[in-house]
Amino acid sequence: MSPALAEALAALPTLLRAHLVVSGSAVLIGVAIGLPLAIVSARSPRVRTPVLGLAGLVQTVPALALLALFYPMLLILGRATGLAIPALGFLPALIALSLYALLPIVRNGVAALRGIDPELLEAADGVGMTAGQRLRLVELPLGAPVILAGIRTAAVWTIGAATLATTVGQPSLGDLIFSGLQTEDWVRVLVGCAAAAALALAVDGLLALVESGLARRSSWRVRLGLGALVAALGLALVPAPAAGGQIVVIGAKNFSEQYILASAIERRLRAAGFRTERRDNLGSTVAYQALAAGDIDVYVDYGGTLWTNILRRADTPPAEAMRAELARRLRERDGVLLIGPLGFENAYALAMRRDRAEALGVRTLDDLARAAPQLELAADLEFLTRPEWRAVRDRYRLAFAGQRSYSPTFMYRAIADGSADVITAFSSDGRIAALDLVTLADPRRALPSYDALLLAAPGTDPRILASLRPLVGAIPVERMRRANLMVDRDADKKTPAEAGRWLDPGD
Amino acid sequence: MTMIQLIGVTRRHGGRPALDAVSLSVAPGEFVALVGPSGSGKTTLLKSVNRLVEPEEGEVLIDGRDVRDVPPHQLRRGIGYVFQSIGLFPHMNVAENIAIVSRLTGDSRPGRVAELLEMVALPTDFAGRMPRQLSGGQAQRVGVARALAAGARLMLMDEPFGALDPVTRDGLGRAYRDLHDRLGLTTLMVTHDIGEALLLADRVVVLIAGRIRADAAPAALVASDDPDVRAMVEVPRRQAARLAAL
Repeated sequence: MSPALAEALAALPTLLRAHLVVSGSAVLIGVAIGLPLAIVSARSPRVRTPVLGLAGLVQTVPALALLALFYPMLLILGRATGLAIPALGFLPALIALSLYALLPIVRNGVAALRGIDPELLEAADGVGMTAGQRLRLVELPLGAPVILAGIRTAAVWTIGAATLATTVGQPSLGDLIFSGLQTEDWVRVLVGCAAAAALALAVDGLLALVESGLARRSSWRVRLGLGALVAALGLALVPAPAAGGQIVVIGAKNFSEQYILASAIERRLRAAGFRTERRDNLGSTVAYQALAAGDIDVYVDYGGTLWTNILRRADTPPAEAMRAELARRLRERDGVLLIGPLGFENAYALAMRRDRAEALGVRTLDDLARAAPQLELAADLEFLTRPEWRAVRDRYRLAFAGQRSYSPTFMYRAIADGSADVITAFSSDGRIAALDLVTLADPRRALPSYDALLLAAPGTDPRILASLRPLVGAIPVERMRRANLMVDRDADKKTPAEAGRWLDPGD
Repeated sequence: MTMIQLIGVTRRHGGRPALDAVSLSVAPGEFVALVGPSGSGKTTLLKSVNRLVEPEEGEVLIDGRDVRDVPPHQLRRGIGYVFQSIGLFPHMNVAENIAIVSRLTGDSRPGRVAELLEMVALPTDFAGRMPRQLSGGQAQRVGVARALAAGARLMLMDEPFGALDPVTRDGLGRAYRDLHDRLGLTTLMVTHDIGEALLLADRVVVLIAGRIRADAAPAALVASDDPDVRAMVEVPRRQAARLAAL
């Protein structure tokens, strides 16, 4: 079995279980809230119009955005109330998915109850049923097929949408899909998709069995279907056997380098006797907030990102000064600990093919400014709109013969086949080494420093900090590029865990 | 002694009175038919007795007690109610439909379903059938059995045989009349079929535009000199004469 498949399958049971718990709970909450709402709405048009409108509105918000919204909302709520509300992971995922499950349940519930033959309701009143008896004995049983169809829709949607819960730090089958997509590890993507689809089909099938059981008055069908669902959820809820030791949660953003570094950190912590959990694919601002709130314990971020996004600074001091200022300010502001720089930068850099740069005698951006009027620039999709580009362009008076934006893959193709002379690269990108590119020095300091910095949550156990300190200054940029290339290249691809092991073999 | 007493009952539908200060007494054991053209207030009158319709003015008494003295669901459990579309619950079998009232009150009696099926002349093995497996006549027999199940002494029937074919309708009508006599029931039946009313009931009440126009035994009603009533009564008589002449 290929290492990629083996790794994906090894992660599967835990992720499947987490996926089942979060989506199952969300559907149960959706039913618990949605059904009473449907009952009230079916009886009163004054309730019905706003309820259906609101549920429909929630549905128009993309699931990804809905999940992302609950993170800051819970954060603010936690600060306002002073309660320890976890803003990352299970809670925001559960709330967003429950809301998402609501619409089909409410809409079908209302349709089911309003669709019941009025003659039967008159008969129910005529034999002397109370409103509650009428609901229990007549309306719900007769509406059951339509109500159940709504629950089935909700279940399938929720299981699908739960793959996105990964982005707010809730483990799910989406972990495999997102990290697989980033590293172009299609085996991983396929395992994640297949597992999510199989889960959705299985749950839908069991609910269909319950539905047919109700329609045919076959109690074994109902019992088998419900029994299997309850058993699956119950099994998923049984806590994993506790293996003792403190759990350290490692965060990672959504690109290869972050997965590789998280794996390296994980290996260090395990070697020191800690248990670890991963929260991959965090959004850029979510990751820092999560660390500050203690939802994750450790992750790697970049100097320039923290400088502009967190401290909201626009100047570009030298790396040393920026690092010192960051260490001081982040600690004061959020209690976040800066363990140290890893030794490389992942900054925007302008790069050229080595042969071309040598032929033109270009080693710095000052050199480039002289040659630029004969050169073509290929940029990634956002660079030309970023402040870094304005700073570089203005400080060096760069004027290229032509400039175009490409998606990263095509940008590298353009420089490889000579249709571009200069590209905007990330300095730790593996393709810099693979294509034999050189990055041009920035003597006027127009580009901010993007030192990779190892950060830890407020109040992190000193033993954790000690076990990670060997990583500080240990990863030169050439080594990071090669590790990134192992994961990003098409042939002889390695998994991030394999690359992490190569990057930091340990002592 | 009266079973049902309506005193000055008024009910409006959008300003127009459906019932206009109607007063009516029904004695225990009586079989009273309510007839009249569509929209004359027959069904409204019937439903004001078991509070499916609440009058705006006036009083409805059963056994001398105001129907508003008890909660509607308790009132209805003691009154048999049969209507044209029958309203058998499609997700319950015949036995469950018949036993529904005893299920609500919690006093079920073994053998009661079989007894009721026999009463409405259905084989006892019908107990396990689903409503969709029954013919219209069979379904309405079950409807009658359900109305009788809780031991009701008073039956309210709204076009009970209206949807049945003529032969079934005739048979079921006569069978019900027998049951009425045998069990000593009091029956108030709405019908638009004046012939059926004249042949089954002890007393026929004619409602026109929310008011009682005539209230008499069938024989006396036939001799009425009210032109509207005469017009109604003439229909079945003329039909009978033409049929006899064939």
